[in-house]
Amino acid sequence: MIHQYKSNGYNIVMDVCSGAVHVVDDVVYDAIAIYEKDGEEAVEAGLSGKYPKEEIEEALGEIRELQENGLLFTEDIYEQYVTDFKNRKTVVKALCLHVAHDCNLGCRYCFAEEGEYHGRRAIMSYEVGKKALDFLIENSGNRRNLEVDFFGGEPLMNWEVVKKLVAYGRSREKECNKNFRFTITTNGMLLNDEVTEFVNKEMANVVLSIDGRREVNDRMRPTRNGKGSSYDIIMPKFKEFAKGRGEKSYYVRGTFTRYNLDFAEDVLHFADEGFDQISVEPVVAPPEADYAIREEDLPQILSEYDRLAREFIRRKKEGRGFNFFHFMIDLSQGPCVAKRLSGCGSGTEYLAVTPWGDFYPCHQFVGQEEFLLGNVDIGVTNTTVRDKFKLCNVYAKEKCKNCFARFYCSGGCAANSWNFHGSITDAYDIGCEMQKKRIECAIMIKAALADGD
Amino acid sequence: MKRVKTLTSSTLKESMKKGGCGECQTSCQSACKTSCTVGNQSCENHK
Repeated sequence: MIHQYKSNGYNIVMDVCSGAVHVVDDVVYDAIAIYEKDGEEAVEAGLSGKYPKEEIEEALGEIRELQENGLLFTEDIYEQYVTDFKNRKTVVKALCLHVAHDCNLGCRYCFAEEGEYHGRRAIMSYEVGKKALDFLIENSGNRRNLEVDFFGGEPLMNWEVVKKLVAYGRSREKECNKNFRFTITTNGMLLNDEVTEFVNKEMANVVLSIDGRREVNDRMRPTRNGKGSSYDIIMPKFKEFAKGRGEKSYYVRGTFTRYNLDFAEDVLHFADEGFDQISVEPVVAPPEADYAIREEDLPQILSEYDRLAREFIRRKKEGRGFNFFHFMIDLSQGPCVAKRLSGCGSGTEYLAVTPWGDFYPCHQFVGQEEFLLGNVDIGVTNTTVRDKFKLCNVYAKEKCKNCFARFYCSGGCAANSWNFHGSITDAYDIGCEMQKKRIECAIMIKAALADGD
Repeated sequence: MKRVKTLTSSTLKESMKKGGCGECQTSCQSACKTSCTVGNQSCENHK
């Protein structure tokens, strides 16, 4: 299977199943399209009025060479491999710890409903958190790297417990031969010097939530009492934080909605403010929400990604580049095919833990009782739900089977699929269109940056 | 080749040989939390 597209002056051909990516001239580009559809014999007739005969022959020669080398028109040979891979014994290697189901902002699009996740306000006790870490260690098999994300609500509202849990995890690393990678996702309201110092020492990654330009941020991320500007409170803190972060990983992470379909401006706003690790993602919202992205918004969103990609390249070449999470792609040393096809790991490798110690497949399922998997005392007992997630991979999804993006998105987000279709093996179609565009942009950027100037 | 510039070759098939160690980052622990993006991650064994 191939996927070909033109972007920013480049003719790009992806050989989907081998992972090969080619930049080709017009003759090869047109020839490949005919070759795939009607076979080699049809190419010459199909292009004879358009290009000289010798050029067509030369193009065909190069196409044959690619094919002989397994770089074009390769077949998908991975289904059984990935099914076997997914059937392996389940180990848990990552937890999303909901240390606070409470929040000091009132973000309108919060899937946690202002931090409370369809339930009551609560904070996680040290005892519950400790049991969660013990569970992770005991159920991680021979995996050495264990990931723990402090999430909420707003995790800094339970800061003392966060610090104690980090200390507890570290205290067990050596005896258990494990390496904890702690991360935290915060809205910044309570960020201070003490927090910064600890986070810089202990956390492998920090996600700083802010949406972009002041008016964009404040529209969707109001303060709890609706007064003042949350942007004015958090922006200076985030700038200070990013400056002091050194080489360690962080992201300023925004959400865009129907109210800022020109979200490239928000990405560039972050870059202009000095941030170099940026993620801005489409909102996940029920279709009836006024801020939800609609199908009719797609043309504008897709062209906005193109615009952002061009500006991304321009700034990179001028020596003032930045990273945009969704344009990052590692073509040569990216994840193995097992990882690419097996999905995000929710419900199996990755679990969310509520303040009172319940397990859910991921943070987005928290509070939906039919997805309750177990808890820190009894472990994962709802194996029916777990096994559904276990077998959830690209080949279990009809929509993904023939999609070129399947090796990059891994079949998409199970929670999005559930929210829109009531099934975890479907796909959120608007999300797919955006994902495909981002992959196309990311690959085009590679082509442009490989192209000198 | 004159008309084709290959940006990357057959990395996926190659990765079947010794892939699947499971040590790499879980996708939702990176930055997203709302979308599944795997292709942009790095292999732990290449770090």
